[in-house]
Amino acid sequence: MSDTALQPPAPGETNIAWQRVQLARHPKRPHSLDYVQRLFTDFHEIHGDRRFGDDPAIVCGMAFFEGRPIMIAAQQKGRDTKQKLYRNFGMPKPEGYRKALRVMQLAAKFGRPILTLLDTPGAYPGIDAEERGQAEAIASNLREMARLRSPVIVICIGEGGSGGALALGVGNRVYMLENAIYSVISPESCAAIIYRDAKLAERAAAALKLTAQDLYRLGLIDGIIPEPGEGAHTDWDAAAAMVRETLRKALDELTPLSPEELVQQRFEKFRRMGNFFTE
Amino acid sequence: MPWFTRPKPKTETPPAQGERRVRTEGLWLKCEGCRQIIWRKALEQNLHVCPKCGYHFKIDAVTRLRQLLDGDWETYDDSMVSTDPLEFVDAKPYKERLAAMRQATNLNDAVISAGGTLNGRPVYICVLELKFIGGSMGAVVGEKITRAIERAMARRIPLIIVSASGGARMQEGAVSLMQMAKISAALMRLDEARVPYISVLTDPTTGGVTASFAMLGDLNIAEPGALIGFAGPRVIEQTIRQKLPEGFQRSEFLLKNGMLDAVVPRPQLKQFISKALDFFCGPVAA
Repeated sequence: MSDTALQPPAPGETNIAWQRVQLARHPKRPHSLDYVQRLFTDFHEIHGDRRFGDDPAIVCGMAFFEGRPIMIAAQQKGRDTKQKLYRNFGMPKPEGYRKALRVMQLAAKFGRPILTLLDTPGAYPGIDAEERGQAEAIASNLREMARLRSPVIVICIGEGGSGGALALGVGNRVYMLENAIYSVISPESCAAIIYRDAKLAERAAAALKLTAQDLYRLGLIDGIIPEPGEGAHTDWDAAAAMVRETLRKALDELTPLSPEELVQQRFEKFRRMGNFFTE
Repeated sequence: MPWFTRPKPKTETPPAQGERRVRTEGLWLKCEGCRQIIWRKALEQNLHVCPKCGYHFKIDAVTRLRQLLDGDWETYDDSMVSTDPLEFVDAKPYKERLAAMRQATNLNDAVISAGGTLNGRPVYICVLELKFIGGSMGAVVGEKITRAIERAMARRIPLIIVSASGGARMQEGAVSLMQMAKISAALMRLDEARVPYISVLTDPTTGGVTASFAMLGDLNIAEPGALIGFAGPRVIEQTIRQKLPEGFQRSEFLLKNGMLDAVVPRPQLKQFISKALDFFCGPVAA
């Protein structure tokens, strides 16, 4: 192991990636329902996967955005301890992913656009989730979201935790908030693997290139939504207003497209991802 | 001459360390399942399945291809090499790790994409190589598998993917993650084109590979005793802070929970796939 890899950051050195990880997890950061409240009217929640149960870590529902119908599937974290437990810290189980897919297919059936909000540390790693097919649920969502015949807009508002986030992430447009992160593995787990020390998460955060700016540079997202002031937690209304602008523009661009064009555009966008090889 | 004064016969100079090992090494080995000693030849003849207890040894991608295909095969996109999009450095730079892996495995990345015949039927087959950074999926694996799917679709030839992988490759970060979506979207099109895709899950198949193409087969079949899951067992133990039950996340556990179509022992695997393709496509044209 090289010495530099183990040294703590020099005093005064700012690790922007780690700062963003902390902002993305900030206890006062607006969660999905905070945006839903500010952006939509007539929100009506839809529960359950009609197979097993209802997962509170994913909130789905019908709503109107400036008069236009839109279906929402959003990962939801809790704010106080009770809520956190109720939302399982924003870690969905298979029934959550299946519920989301069910409502997305319902929206597509009636040609309604879909908005998904990503904010999860990851899919829940537990015995019951494995028993009910966590991997199968995520895999099916990836394939079936590619098939949806209506506009799909994805916004990563906080933590984009690996496959657990991506399972709602196959959209015609994928945006990230300025201080959101999106990663294949949490910085803590990454540090535990490569440095054998979860406390070196700061260093791993920088190595993983998980900020919105990094993903944009790598060609993995379509745009970055700016946040007010020091971050979205300082002014929820202003943050929601910025999301509103992006959402309106995306809907205006996607609404004229035919179902076939939408499926094609979404496919081609993901098909191009990861052009990092030589032949 | 009394026996006790008999001069000691000169002992031969002991062979050098390395040489001495060569004499017996490789002839016998201990089964990881039943701890019994087995003759290596017998193991190989039995497709690397313990003749005594049925334990399935891990096999490399080339051995897998030899077991499943009739004879020679053609490979595709062999020369593809990752360009290290993150410029990732852990214990050593990712670029050096890749170079070392290429040397050790004779492969450029963790998958072989091949075309051949299986009981006379043309098939495309991708086999993940566990020895190459844990069979992990980065940009190269993602692209090679996507191209194999597109090839299968264009020529209407069935596709088989044999998984053995720890999941998405950490060293390529979100680029690896998006390969899950890319491959799954390509599989959506293969599905619409009604070209059969059979997923074979072998020990171990976890993380982003299970949560994408490995679980999306028209048939998902596994070898006995394979570790299959989304989260790794250690991660789950740390989360729930208790010991996991015996057999958790093994093939038989998934079968019981309705997540697999079948658990097929290795000696029957080729025949099973062959029959399934007969069922989907009709018999092979003579």
